[in-house]
Parts: sequence; C-alpha cells; structure tokens
Amino acid sequence: MKKPEQELAEIKSMMERSTRFLSLSGMAGILAGIYAFAGAGIAWYWVYFPSTEYGLGIEPYSMDDLRIYLLAVAVVVLILAIGTTYLLSQNKSKRTSQQFWSAASKRFLVALFLPVLVGGLFCFALIHESSYGLIAPATLIFYGLGLISASHFTLREIRNLGLGQILLGLIGAFFPPLGLVCWAMGFGVLHVVYGSMMYYRYDR
Amino acid sequence: MKGTYDKAFENVIRLRVMSVLMVNEFFDFNSFKEIMDVTDGNLATHLRKLENEGFIGVQKTFIGRKPQTNYRATEEGKLAFQKHLDFLSALINENNI
Repeated sequence: MKKPEQELAEIKSMMERSTRFLSLSGMAGILAGIYAFAGAGIAWYWVYFPSTEYGLGIEPYSMDDLRIYLLAVAVVVLILAIGTTYLLSQNKSKRTSQQFWSAASKRFLVALFLPVLVGGLFCFALIHESSYGLIAPATLIFYGLGLISASHFTLREIRNLGLGQILLGLIGAFFPPLGLVCWAMGFGVLHVVYGSMMYYRYDR
Repeated sequence: MKGTYDKAFENVIRLRVMSVLMVNEFFDFNSFKEIMDVTDGNLATHLRKLENEGFIGVQKTFIGRKPQTNYRATEEGKLAFQKHLDFLSALINENNI
C-alpha cells in the first residue's frame, strides 16, 4: 500500500483533471461563425471593392481610415461572438443543471485565452510594423493554438477545430492575398461546421 | 477507526477510475485511456473487476456512428469509495497525532 497522503493526492488530482467544461454551446459556434463571415464580407468589400480580383488595385479609402474601420469591425465581431457564446453556454449549463463557473470552466478559459491574448498583442505588433497581410493568419494560428490547449478541458471536437484554424492560418501566412479568405473560412465556415456538429451531438 | 480500506481500490488504475467517476456522472472508455495513459487491455481488465464488484455500471451508446462505452459509479461503489477515503483520512490524522 502506498502512503495515504500520496493516495489522497492522487485521487484529488484525478478528480480535478477529469472534470470538463461541457456546457459549451454548439449554437453559439454557429452564430459566431455567421458573425465572422458577415464581418469578413464587410472587410472584403472595403479592402478589395472596386478592385481587381486579387485586391491589388484601387483603394477607395485612405490607409488610416481603413485601418480604423477594419479594427472596428473586428472588435464588434469579437464582442458579439464572445457575448453570444457566454449567454448560450450559461443557458445550456442551466438547462443541464451543471455549474457554469467551476474549476473546469476556469481552466478551459485560461487555456483558451492565454494563447489568444498573446496573439492579440502580437497582432498589435504587426500593425505597428505595418505587416497587415500577416494579421489574419496570425489570429487564426493563435486562436487555433488556444483551442487545442483548451480542448483538454471541454468537448473533443474543439481539438480538430483548432487544427483546422492553424492549417488555414499557415496557408494564409504563405499566401497573404488569401489571408482574408482563409480568415473567413476559419472563423466563419469552420465555426459553423463544428458548431452544428456539436449542436446535433450534444445540445438537442 | 473510521472507514474501511477496500482491496478493490488497492490498484492505482482502479483507484483512478473510481476518483474520476465520483465527480463525473459518465465517463467513456477512450477518455479514461487518454487521461490515465494505460493500455486497452489493462484498463478493460480493471474496469471489469470494478463492474464485477458492483461498483460501476456500463452503458453502450452511439455518438453519431461511433460506438461509445460509458461508465458510471453505482451507489454501492460511491459508498465504498467514500469509506475508503474516510479510512485514508483517518490514517493520516492518526499518524499526525
């Protein structure tokens, strides 16, 4: 027999590690995807329209204006997406009578937002250095890393969603003209796909 | 002395399985494997042992098209594990006096 202290510590660590944050709402994923897709559409219109198909042409707005507009759209999409996810997930946890604020949900949030926060700061550095083409891929990559690290503490699907985001981010990083398209695919389409998958599996 | 030392929880894998099932209503086979780093056969043997003791129940379901084996702790299992915990705590307290 092991020492009783060791055994109790083992039990406690197992209990902590095994609890997952399961209230993540699939519907929120779908809606977040739709916001992102709409946001990407607006950005595309501002940046590339009217212009050549690769967007390397006339720019209807001055660079400074465009920068502020795009930042504003990004912030609105982010707030809407986080707000929706928060409300719907809280709702789901009530419906399934699970605690919303638990050790598991806090670990989930830290695991997700540590890479995301670093990514956000990194994007400000990119703006500062005028490397605009790398911003969209960088958000995808850091968000993907956040999802993978958070996937240990929540529904499994999140891991593949994260891998998908990273893949799109890397494609966008090597082909900057595709950056916005990849961003729309990642934050828009992938969210809708994985959101509906989670919705059909767990929410109904 | 409070509680009883249960031989069923002497093995570390069974101890871990039971710890997990105390705080999770359900837990599936693959998640156990992932969290504990054990082989299929080893895990299955210990799960069956706990099942034979009447400490855990098994339920097979489908997630989409994939089959999933879910485990849950029975009332008897929870009680036995609680007693085991009580025994360990009592033992620690005794040694500290």
